[in-house]
Amino acid sequence: MSGNSSNEPIIICENVNKWYGNFHALKDVSLRVKRGEVVVICGPSGSGKSTFIRTINRLEEHQEGRIIVDGIEMTSDIRNIDAIRREVGMVFQQFNLFPHLTVLQNITLAPIWVRKKTRKEAEAKAFELLERVGIREQAHKYPGQLSGGQQQRVAIARALAMEPRIMLFDEPTSALDPEMVKEVLDVMKTLARSGMTMLCVTHEMGFAREVADRIVFMDQGQIVEEGTPDQFFSNPRNERTRLFLSQIL
Amino acid sequence: MATEVSRPTSRRAPRQQIGLIEWLRKNLFSTWYNVIITVVLLYIVAQTVISFVSWVVTAPGWPAAFTNIKLLLTWTYPVDQLWRPQAAMALVLLLLGLSSGLWGGIARMVAWGAAAISVVIGLAAFTFPDLPDQTSLPGWLFMFLCAVLLAGGDLLARRLGQKLRWPLIVAWLLSYPAVILILRGGLGLPVVETKLWGGLMLTLILAISGIVLSFPLGVLLALGRRSSLPVIRTFCVLYIELIRGVPLVTVLFMGALLLPLFLPGGESIDALVRATIAVTLFSAAYLAENVRGGLQAIPKGQVEAARALGLNVFQTTLLITLPQALRAVVPVLVGQFIALFKDTSLVVIIGLVDLLGAAQNIVGQPQWLGTPGGVWRETFLVIAAIYWVFSFTMSRISKRIEDQIARSRH
Repeated sequence: MSGNSSNEPIIICENVNKWYGNFHALKDVSLRVKRGEVVVICGPSGSGKSTFIRTINRLEEHQEGRIIVDGIEMTSDIRNIDAIRREVGMVFQQFNLFPHLTVLQNITLAPIWVRKKTRKEAEAKAFELLERVGIREQAHKYPGQLSGGQQQRVAIARALAMEPRIMLFDEPTSALDPEMVKEVLDVMKTLARSGMTMLCVTHEMGFAREVADRIVFMDQGQIVEEGTPDQFFSNPRNERTRLFLSQIL
Repeated sequence: MATEVSRPTSRRAPRQQIGLIEWLRKNLFSTWYNVIITVVLLYIVAQTVISFVSWVVTAPGWPAAFTNIKLLLTWTYPVDQLWRPQAAMALVLLLLGLSSGLWGGIARMVAWGAAAISVVIGLAAFTFPDLPDQTSLPGWLFMFLCAVLLAGGDLLARRLGQKLRWPLIVAWLLSYPAVILILRGGLGLPVVETKLWGGLMLTLILAISGIVLSFPLGVLLALGRRSSLPVIRTFCVLYIELIRGVPLVTVLFMGALLLPLFLPGGESIDALVRATIAVTLFSAAYLAENVRGGLQAIPKGQVEAARALGLNVFQTTLLITLPQALRAVVPVLVGQFIALFKDTSLVVIIGLVDLLGAAQNIVGQPQWLGTPGGVWRETFLVIAAIYWVFSFTMSRISKRIEDQIARSRH
């Protein structure tokens, strides 16, 4: 189970396949992620990158293949799914903060109800996290009163409050005004350097170049290329990757 | 080459207030035909108001409602037991006063309103001492006592503070069975059959029971209709569509006439209980659809975020979707509760005498036969005022809740 040697991959995906009706959304996707590794997944829209990371905490169900997260195999058994979700934090493009709860309540909800922490413990941890993402003074406001960048930082703090081993980021900066992208990326960079295992779907190539250990390029439901940022940016092998890079860089 | 852009200093918005005369001229007397329309309408409104007021002052039928106030309020509840409805009311008002002191907000608004009304009624009853008073505690004195309980509860709760919180919540939960026990009797109190109950007391008991019981049932039906289990979903859809397809009168009749047939051994259920069940079942179906509307308005991302955090289905519903859905439909729900409150007047047709039924009986009393034009206008106006006070209170509560929610958004 957990706590194995650090060489053991924490996420193992083998030949994952998924269909929406007749549409083949993921085609034999295989990926291994080591502990502490930061993997950036990029690709054109509709390439299946969001769908793929959403299968890792079962927000999307895969139909074929194996997904093993921290030694727990993803099956349709609800106990396995819940066990995995406790270890995997997720940050969404649209933040998905709970609008009827204050920032503090957003962050302490899951630790109190799922981890069975006391309110006091959970709040102490929440303030520490808010400090880390730089918005401690907003703790008693409602999400609707914050800017997009602040909301996304709260969302990151909310996911971290569960003390996950893995963080999934699904286009965390795509819904933000350009001025606010940096504040969120800075938080993510700090997190990456602290040794968190991260899987990020993002178009922020600057971020990828700076902190990613590996970049995975997906197209039409398949992984077509993967490599270190150096290889990926300076010497892409696949024609499709070259086209993509020429369009966004 | 960079050009410097001139930056205006910020200044106040121009004043837009205008005087009354200017407003009148602009909106009511701007053209010759607007002048004509304004004058004609003013004349009609003035005539209506004047004739209504002069009718109110000269109408001979007012004594009908006021001399029969006991019938309007409690109908045939035994005269020597009238202290019991008074005790029940005092209990509820005391709890309301305590809530006002502890929580403020909506509870305070309702408590102060109730205290003001109590004082006004008390003063009125004191000024007209020739009203028939059948209780050992004179009516005017009781109304002042109500105001004292409300104000005293408020002050007491402010002094005691938060340690009163749980005792008060428990007291509210127990207040419903306590009120029924006080009114119905048992445990040493002489029993007063529910067939003797009536008037405003019956209307309030029916409405409050209906609201309190149909709310959880309606929420469960709404959740059931969205369930992934086909058996539960089908049952809920069938129930909701069946009940929504028939009028309340039908449900009441079914409760009154059909239900006893199905029960073993001629066992007869209390008519008031049957009416309460009918009103509850009816209201729950509509409530379920309103709540479902709220549930559907919640973005899918909310559930995904909750599930991704490890909350299970039950926690997600209870902590995330349901609270948001209910907030979104507060105005609709209160509207429905107001409708339910007024719809309870339909129980007259199954032989219960609620506020409206009591009024109908009073209008038919022989001593008013000599009154020119009868007394029905005055009597029904009085009960309309009573209905209005309660409905208006509910709509103010709804407004306050909406304001509170709106404040948390910005």
